[in-house]
Amino acid sequence: MNSNDRYVVLETCDITKRFGGLTAVSSFSFQVKKGDINSLIGPNGAGKTTVFNVITGIYRPQEGQVIFNGSNIEGLKPHQIVAKGIARTFQNIRLFPNMTCLENIMAGQHCRARSGLWSSVFRTKRQRAEEKQIHEVAETRLKQVGLSRYSNELAKNIAYGNQRMLEIGRALASNPHLLVLDEPSSGLNDAETRDLIGFLKDLRHEDLTILIIEHDMNVVMGISDWVTVMDEGAKIAEGPPETVYNNPQVIEAYLGKEEYEDDF
Amino acid sequence: MNDEIKNRLNTLGGRRFWLSLVLIGFAVYPFLMSDYFIDVAFFFGIYALLGLSLNVVLGEVGLFDLGHAGFYAIGAYTTAILNTTLGIPVLMLLPLSAFTAGFFAYLVCSPIIHLKGDYFLLVTIGMGEIVRLALLNNPFGITGGPNGVFGIDYPSLGFMDIDTSLKFYFFIWIVVGLCILGLMSLQHSRVGRAWNCIREDEIAAEANGIDVRSFKLLAFVIGAALAGVAGNIYASKLMIVSPESFSFMESCMMFSIVLIGGMGSVPGVLIGAAAISLFPEIFRPMAQYRMLFFGAAMILMMIFRPGGIWPRKRGAIQKGQALKGIKKPLLPGELPGA
Repeated sequence: MNSNDRYVVLETCDITKRFGGLTAVSSFSFQVKKGDINSLIGPNGAGKTTVFNVITGIYRPQEGQVIFNGSNIEGLKPHQIVAKGIARTFQNIRLFPNMTCLENIMAGQHCRARSGLWSSVFRTKRQRAEEKQIHEVAETRLKQVGLSRYSNELAKNIAYGNQRMLEIGRALASNPHLLVLDEPSSGLNDAETRDLIGFLKDLRHEDLTILIIEHDMNVVMGISDWVTVMDEGAKIAEGPPETVYNNPQVIEAYLGKEEYEDDF
Repeated sequence: MNDEIKNRLNTLGGRRFWLSLVLIGFAVYPFLMSDYFIDVAFFFGIYALLGLSLNVVLGEVGLFDLGHAGFYAIGAYTTAILNTTLGIPVLMLLPLSAFTAGFFAYLVCSPIIHLKGDYFLLVTIGMGEIVRLALLNNPFGITGGPNGVFGIDYPSLGFMDIDTSLKFYFFIWIVVGLCILGLMSLQHSRVGRAWNCIREDEIAAEANGIDVRSFKLLAFVIGAALAGVAGNIYASKLMIVSPESFSFMESCMMFSIVLIGGMGSVPGVLIGAAAISLFPEIFRPMAQYRMLFFGAAMILMMIFRPGGIWPRKRGAIQKGQALKGIKKPLLPGELPGA
């Protein structure tokens, strides 16, 4: 499935990110191929979220480049990166709590719309047409994530699992090429996690590539086409899930060495 | 029965009924009242405009701005100075005052717009005070120092001058009405949504493709420009402007208007403005204790209605429409028709 000639959507080239004396990520390189569900895993503090934040423009790396669809996006601001086609969700859900679910998803389409100040004040014909379209797309997306009935409910009032789906729906509303999910299953129960896996698998029918940070091995093994493992800021293994799962280095990173335990 | 009436009032038709009642009230009011109370209503209008202008910054975007009187002052002084020295008609200075205040806001806020919460608040207090002190120090002899600038003309529409309390009353309320229409359209647009998103969660807003910096600046420029408009009308009404009208207290008043009324709510701001401008009139016999009552009212408000008197209801229009088709409002989790 991962033949080498497939189109590379995202590539990081030797990115290094230091916070003061701490090197969170050191010359990390990896590729995400079109249409794949790609997982980035690793123990706590491995630097996964830092990689995500570099890709989505929240951090600027000290060294290295991030290539998306053939152009270097390193140094762009987060909102410009969204416009290029990378949408993300957060580990600790970040919705707009006092806006309705529908408005949350409408906000996700911000970078795909153009109406500015004057057309909004005077409600020009084009602005009204655009607004109608935003509304329709938002309703479709809300239906897709199964939250149509909460359309007018404030985002802060719906259940945690639903909030997570709403956040994914909001990210999808910007019609991304690459969807970046930071621990989508954290805080979900087993049933919700199963629903999530099914949902993400269904997303492949859209022209979409997905990159996930995940702790839950059931999720990783269940949906990934390709897994990249990080430890202490560097890549230690990559490959199809089965291969990675049995890799001694990965097991060591997660569970520790056997001799190590003898020291206690 | 009672629920039925309530439902009907919540529908679009019921809202139109109340709205027309309020409009008729506004139109009839000055013909029933003395000049004194017409002037009270005029200042209610000025505060409504100032409240609306600060609401864009504080209510919609959530930027704590306690220096808004500075923009108000710049609008008023632009009008006063250009009218008295160059004789430019006051009405022509209205857009110019808005532009000057907006441009000043752009210049001053560009370098500080990234500051958060209370840090931003402190800088805006400083900004407002710098404007006031600059006016007081009479730079280049154009602001008249503590005496201010006087002898400002009445606005002229060409065929008639706006020179009586009655005409000023209609002038300010037409301007307020137009602002309300514009701001309401903005609330239900891409721009208004972006502003609200920034207020709710800045990082999430940026991660959803909203250019946080530009939209914050836009809100500031619009807020300042509207305050500049208020300054222009204020200057022509009083015919004199002096620094003491634009003190820190004035900024606090505007801040209270938005907080009392409800952040981001247009009707709320009108109620807040009414409270601030009419309260002193009602309590005139007890003038010394005015601030005491005001403080007590603020504390009670913060305890019992922290969201303001009339907070903005989200999704209210859709709900009103839904009531027509479905008798019973849906409970969360309930499917339509289930």
